[in-house]
Amino acid sequence: MAHWQHYYQPTSVGEALTHLQHHSGAARVIAGGTDLLLEIQQGHRPPVAALVDVTRIPDLVTVARDGDWCYVGAGVTHTAIVASAELAQAATCLVESCGVIGGPQVRNVATLGGNVAHALPAGDGTLSLVALDAEAEIAQAPGAGQTPARQWRPILDLYRGPGQSAVDASRELIVRFRFRAAGPGEATAFKRVMRPQGVALPILGLAAWVSVQAGVIAAARIAVGPAGPTPMRARRAEAALAGQAWTPEALPALADLVVEEARLRTSPHRATAEYRRELILPLLSRALTLAVRRAVTATSAPEAAEEA
Amino acid sequence: MSTLTFTLNDAPTTVEVRDNETLAEVLRYRLGLTGTKIGCNEAECGACSVLVNGLPIDSCLYPALKAQGASVQTVEGLAPEWRRATGDPAALHPLQEAFVQGGVPQCGFCIPGVLMTAKGLLDRNPTPSDADVRAALKDTYCRCAGYSFILHAIQAAGERVQAQRTGTNGAAAQPLLPALPATQPPLNVIGRPLPRPDAVDKVTGAARYTDDYVFPGMLHARTLRAGVPHARIKRLDTARAKALPGVVAVLTAADVPGEKNHGLVVQDWPALCADKVRYVGDAVAVVAAETREIASAALGLIEVEYEALPVVSDPVQARRPDAPTVHATGNLLKHIKVRKGDVAQGFAEADVILERTYHTPFYEHAFLEPECAIGRIAEDGRVEVIVGSQIPYQDRSQIARCLGLPDDQVRVIGALIGGGFGGKEDIAGQIHVALLARVTGRPVKMLYDRHESLVFHPKRHATQIRVKVGAKRDGTLTAVETELYGDSGAYASLGEKVMTRATTHSAGPYEVPHVRADCYAMYTNNPPAGAFRGFGVTQSAFAVESTMDLLAETLGLDPVALRRQNLLRVGGVTNTGQVLRESVGITRCLDLVADEIKRRPAAAGQPAAASRKRRAWGLALGYKNTGLGGGAPDKAGAEVELYTDGTAEVRTSAAEIGQGLVTVVQMCTAEELGLPPARVRVLLSDTDRTPDAGPTTASRQTFVTGNAARLAARTLRQAVAATLAERFDQQPDNIRFEEGLARFDGQAVPLGEAAQLMQQEGRMPRAVYEYWAPATQPLGTGGDMHFAFSYAAQAAEVEVDLDTGEVKVLHLIAAHDIGRAINPLALQGQIEGGMIMGLGNALTEEFIVEQGRVVTDVLARYKMPSIRHAPPITSFIVEDAVEAGPYGAKGVGEIASIPTTPAITNAIYNACGVRVLKTPVDQDQLLLALKRGDREVA
Ligand SMILES: Cc1cc2nc3c(=O)[nH]c(=O)nc-3n(C[C@H](O)[C@H](O)[C@H](O)COP(=O)(O)OP(=O)(O)OC[C@H]3O[C@@H](n4cnc5c(N)ncnc54)[C@H](O)[C@@H]3O)c2cc1C
Ligand code: FES
Ligand code: FES
Repeated sequence: MAHWQHYYQPTSVGEALTHLQHHSGAARVIAGGTDLLLEIQQGHRPPVAALVDVTRIPDLVTVARDGDWCYVGAGVTHTAIVASAELAQAATCLVESCGVIGGPQVRNVATLGGNVAHALPAGDGTLSLVALDAEAEIAQAPGAGQTPARQWRPILDLYRGPGQSAVDASRELIVRFRFRAAGPGEATAFKRVMRPQGVALPILGLAAWVSVQAGVIAAARIAVGPAGPTPMRARRAEAALAGQAWTPEALPALADLVVEEARLRTSPHRATAEYRRELILPLLSRALTLAVRRAVTATSAPEAAEEA
Repeated sequence: MSTLTFTLNDAPTTVEVRDNETLAEVLRYRLGLTGTKIGCNEAECGACSVLVNGLPIDSCLYPALKAQGASVQTVEGLAPEWRRATGDPAALHPLQEAFVQGGVPQCGFCIPGVLMTAKGLLDRNPTPSDADVRAALKDTYCRCAGYSFILHAIQAAGERVQAQRTGTNGAAAQPLLPALPATQPPLNVIGRPLPRPDAVDKVTGAARYTDDYVFPGMLHARTLRAGVPHARIKRLDTARAKALPGVVAVLTAADVPGEKNHGLVVQDWPALCADKVRYVGDAVAVVAAETREIASAALGLIEVEYEALPVVSDPVQARRPDAPTVHATGNLLKHIKVRKGDVAQGFAEADVILERTYHTPFYEHAFLEPECAIGRIAEDGRVEVIVGSQIPYQDRSQIARCLGLPDDQVRVIGALIGGGFGGKEDIAGQIHVALLARVTGRPVKMLYDRHESLVFHPKRHATQIRVKVGAKRDGTLTAVETELYGDSGAYASLGEKVMTRATTHSAGPYEVPHVRADCYAMYTNNPPAGAFRGFGVTQSAFAVESTMDLLAETLGLDPVALRRQNLLRVGGVTNTGQVLRESVGITRCLDLVADEIKRRPAAAGQPAAASRKRRAWGLALGYKNTGLGGGAPDKAGAEVELYTDGTAEVRTSAAEIGQGLVTVVQMCTAEELGLPPARVRVLLSDTDRTPDAGPTTASRQTFVTGNAARLAARTLRQAVAATLAERFDQQPDNIRFEEGLARFDGQAVPLGEAAQLMQQEGRMPRAVYEYWAPATQPLGTGGDMHFAFSYAAQAAEVEVDLDTGEVKVLHLIAAHDIGRAINPLALQGQIEGGMIMGLGNALTEEFIVEQGRVVTDVLARYKMPSIRHAPPITSFIVEDAVEAGPYGAKGVGEIASIPTTPAITNAIYNACGVRVLKTPVDQDQLLLALKRGDREVA
């Protein structure tokens, strides 16, 4: 693979940013490389002068809990997320979505930060972070004599379009994500539908977060993709749910609201818009039912994917 | 360059690497650990899996420097680690032992990756459930698809690992040999499960495939492909490429000294294109350079100017009078006709007439080992080509013709083949490396990457098949008329033969009084189509077996009964007018499968009534000729030699592509010589040292080369007996050969000694046999078109999700009539592998070409079935012997792939009421049909 000349393995955010700065735009952050290297190899992205591997930076590979908040390093692998007992309870949907990414070999190296920075509207980790209303901490190369700037930004601000991240990985990097852990009466779930042949990308994925208080849905967040150029929050359906008692009978109407808001497309060799429309109801129904059941029973064992 | 310091298989290791090398490259090409395989270079197949700090990763997409300071384990480290742990210096790791004894390795190319993924699993969990194994191996593919053997072997090995860890003796562990279907009582050797002789090398990483060979001074070659489907070459300039430092040669059509074209039947395929390109994969120039990177860079410097020509993109279009022409001879490769009786009369007699049109796409072999060839000039000046080919002798003649040399100036040496399935019959890089070696005088390796392999090599024909059937109210078939269009792509390859088989088999394994079949095998600007397991019959079986279920429903008959009443039987006449005189086990197959379905409680595991999932069984039949047939001389040679150490060697140029031919010839030789199989070595595919056995195709090698080995060994045994008879004054008939001894009159002479005696008498203890299969007749003459047929009945239980259209296969049942089970272990591997491939055709695979351009040009877009798709299989063997077959055997390589697809699509109909007339099943279209209330998806 003659697609880059230098491979750096910094052990601090500052060091990583210095490498990027030194190459002034010709170097790029790499984590697991499972998206980036294929893109470069297959000519979808020009070769780079240097790769800056961020997976040896302690801040980026840590999962931590601080009060209500969970922190997940951007360089944490999907395998580590799946293995985290903390996250299984605090962010069940994230564990479920990271658990279906690729196979074990890919999950052992691929990271949550890479999934987000790759910026696909249906990245599985992405959808769960959106449902969790996560924020990302971005570190930028400093101006002369300054210390690196770090800034928390809402997750949805990181997406510009399919494959276009607002994070410029040749100058900045995502350090970590944070979101509130599921509290009492709160729970999440993730469901997706794949197709066995053709282009191996999800047809539709959906993550749901609910807060059920005294038998009423106090609040809900629903993330769907691909349903537009960037990950989508189904805000109309969320609003319709809020304040209502949970009943499966409401699902068809909710699904209609999601369909209204979603910009479902036909992707050649993958799915027709019509098919995607049909999937909204079963996915919504499966994810919401599960999330509500978890919220009400205060149980949260992530479900292993059945899909092939 | 950077220094990589890490622990490799428990040894501290330091190696200088370029910053942009992958771990797979460093292991294979810098450290010579070629056990780690590269199947795709895109993190899709898992062949390159190694453990980094105990976790499996795809080393093909893993920058080597990531392993800095880590502990890496490869397949080469498995046995040593176990030896250290147990103190047993000869032991294999239990996984390796279980894989060998359990018949897991077929072609073997996936095995290192599977082993390392499994090792990662067992290290964490020595007692994994089925679900654990399936989850761990989700993306570690085996195209030979021995998934149930893999599952069994991993669990059996885990028990032994656990026993070792806990200090128990492991006696309670399950046997390493998986459960096999019942077969008739064995002979001394024939009929007993036998691990392959190359299995140990395949589990240790020692097995060498072409890319594992390295020669001093070796150059690396790459091919410039057209990239456009149909165009005239207006200008071709290689000057800039030649000027690139490190480039040693750039060749174009003008540099081909002999014949410009190659081809297995029709010489229509340019070794390098001169004036015109006919598909995106056409070779325009080849480059040899000091490194692969330089060769790749040089491709970008070759200037080609094309004038685009209109594209012929499907066979129906190709036949229209106004279609652009792909070849000067026109677009019709062959119009194939089958005529029996008078279909007009047959339809007039029918109470019901049904007609449907079916479509099947191109399918890709996706053998895990991409094509590779090495050319070099031997000391005697001849050209040597190392390649994993299904047809070494025809490779030799095709290379020689293009080089303008007599055949004997070329030697083709077979390397191990990492899967073929029909896809390694055509010339790939063989001619190019021979040319480059001649021009440069240096060894030259041409390795295709997965992308190039996908774009270049011939596929299974895409077809359109119209079936019209007429039947009496009681189900008796009166007439079948079929019309087939086969997309043969840009070059003939074996297209005519494949489509002939599709056509002759297009009315199914039924006795039909009136048959008319017309097939148009057409040239298009798509990738060529050629041989692929099933050879056209997978396509026509899908069409006819779907129609049979439709007919049963229309007539209100049981599909099993309808089939049974129309089946071919001994004494019956096939569509081509062949009278079947023996070995027609199809009725037995059907009964076994139908009974097994009944035996399984239908409601067992039926989802709850409220569920939106529906389960049902579906059934289909198939038959497939063994051997070339159609009047082609079908012969194979084998040579057997006895050595003074009491071992024997059998030599033949039949190819071992994972199907188990090695054990077949080994066992036939051992049986005849009365030797334990372990004392019979097998040497395959070296045109200097092994006799021609013809192509490895048409399920023929067990029959023809099995017979050649059997008869060569028998001839040798007779010669040994004659020598001993003279020496010891015995009747030759009195001498029995058992357990490596010749016994007579209470005496026992070891065969090694007998060999010595022969040598002393100036006779070579060696025999060659050229076996000729029973003669066949060309299509249209009404005689025996084939000398044997194998038969199968299969059933699938599927579950359809009415909300999402997703389809899952829950269970498969199969019965195969293969004449005789020579090696029940390898046989079951072939059966399961073939069926899983059929499942792939039904559900997961589709090679997509649009206007001549390949959409599925990376493995990520061509999904073969993984262990997660592979359901349990209940398998029955029917041994309805063929008189002329070795011990009664006929072919099995293809038949198992034939009925699976229609069994699945029939089951889908039974589950949800939608009939799929087009493969693969598209869950999108299926769901939309369900929602719209459509009964068919066309
Ligand atoms: C076989 C296979 C199957 C897959 N299946 C799925 C699937 O089912 N679902 C799914 O969503 N994805 C899937 N993927 C895609 C991919 O594995 C995931 O998106 C993964 O999470 C990417 O992580 P990575 O660490 O490998 O990213 P990389 O390839 O290292 O990086 C991806 C992009 O993000 C940038 N980047 C990485 N880390 C940072 C950071 N900390 N800060 C700023 N920029 C950064 C890189 O510059 C690059 O542009 C699959 C990939 C493969 C090869
Ligand atoms: S996954 Fe690495 S070679 Fe296929
Ligand atoms: S043995 Fe697994 S690919 Fe052939």
